[in-house]
Amino acid sequence: MSFRTQTTLWIAQRASAAVLALCVVVHLVTIIYAVRGGLTAAEILERTRGNVAWFAFYSLFVLAVTVHAPIGLRTVFAEWLGWSGKSRDWFLLIFAAALAWMGMRAVVGVFA
Amino acid sequence: MQVSVWRGAEQGAFQTFEVPRHASQTVLDVVTYIQRKLDPTLAYRYACRVGMCGSCAMTVNGVPRWTCRTHIDKVAVNDKLEIAPLRNLPVIRDLVTDMREFFDKWARARGEFHGKTTRQEDFARISPESENRKQVDAGIECIGCGVCYSACDVVSWNPDYLGPAALNRAWTLVKDERDVRTIERLRAVAGDAGCHACHTHMSCTERCPKHLSPTAAIAGLKREIMKATLKGEL
Repeated sequence: MSFRTQTTLWIAQRASAAVLALCVVVHLVTIIYAVRGGLTAAEILERTRGNVAWFAFYSLFVLAVTVHAPIGLRTVFAEWLGWSGKSRDWFLLIFAAALAWMGMRAVVGVFA
Repeated sequence: MQVSVWRGAEQGAFQTFEVPRHASQTVLDVVTYIQRKLDPTLAYRYACRVGMCGSCAMTVNGVPRWTCRTHIDKVAVNDKLEIAPLRNLPVIRDLVTDMREFFDKWARARGEFHGKTTRQEDFARISPESENRKQVDAGIECIGCGVCYSACDVVSWNPDYLGPAALNRAWTLVKDERDVRTIERLRAVAGDAGCHACHTHMSCTERCPKHLSPTAAIAGLKREIMKATLKGEL
């Protein structure tokens, strides 16, 4: 992998971290706000179904996780397990796809 | 005082010596005493004895230090001392490490100056007050002792990592207005083996006997590389 790609990955991880910092705060505040006086599935779905702003926000959240986590694991695998090279990067590409699929499945599940 | 000293190469063991205490005694004094009075086969390295040459660094009670500038009073625990070679470098024998990889990495980080003028031309005039020169001054006093390299956990985990000293050197050249190879140097220090591997643990900055901050230099390189990447110059 070229130093340009490695540098781009680093920038992508920093940028996604900035997005995540914001998303996590909004997510936590929303949880605390939403559970006042109990929480029901019907109440959640009432808030999320057809809510485009909610859908856009959580899609961005999932995208940021998809970018951030595999790049971080790339370093963890190299430094802790001594696993580097193409096999690691392919594994992480599949892992990123799995995160995106599972995340978006959950988002679409409560939006549609 | 009881002093445990590493004997052997990569494989070896600590050997214990009894050394008399004196006022203002340094760790280098102790090692020299052992070699001269107790065991002449002990291998260690030093030159200036006054914190200028950077050749006497060792691991003292688990911490990399210049032995010539470390007083026993400050480091001995219960009148005991453990002296080992620097970490992250191959041990040649006893307290002597092979510094080749450490200095090869300076070369890999493009640690050499390349100016654009010849000796026929006038001196470059750089104001000591300019922002760039202040950044150079902050890191230029490195004497290449290897203490930061030995203190760095990332070097232990990632043997290709250029390390704090080489990156600090690269930064002082990136900020040197007379140097003309900035982009080439930024390329050399970018990526998994370069500044982007740094976890900002700051062990280098904590341990540097010259009180330099390679961490700040590495952060500077990350910024410059990001700018160059976004401009498409890298």
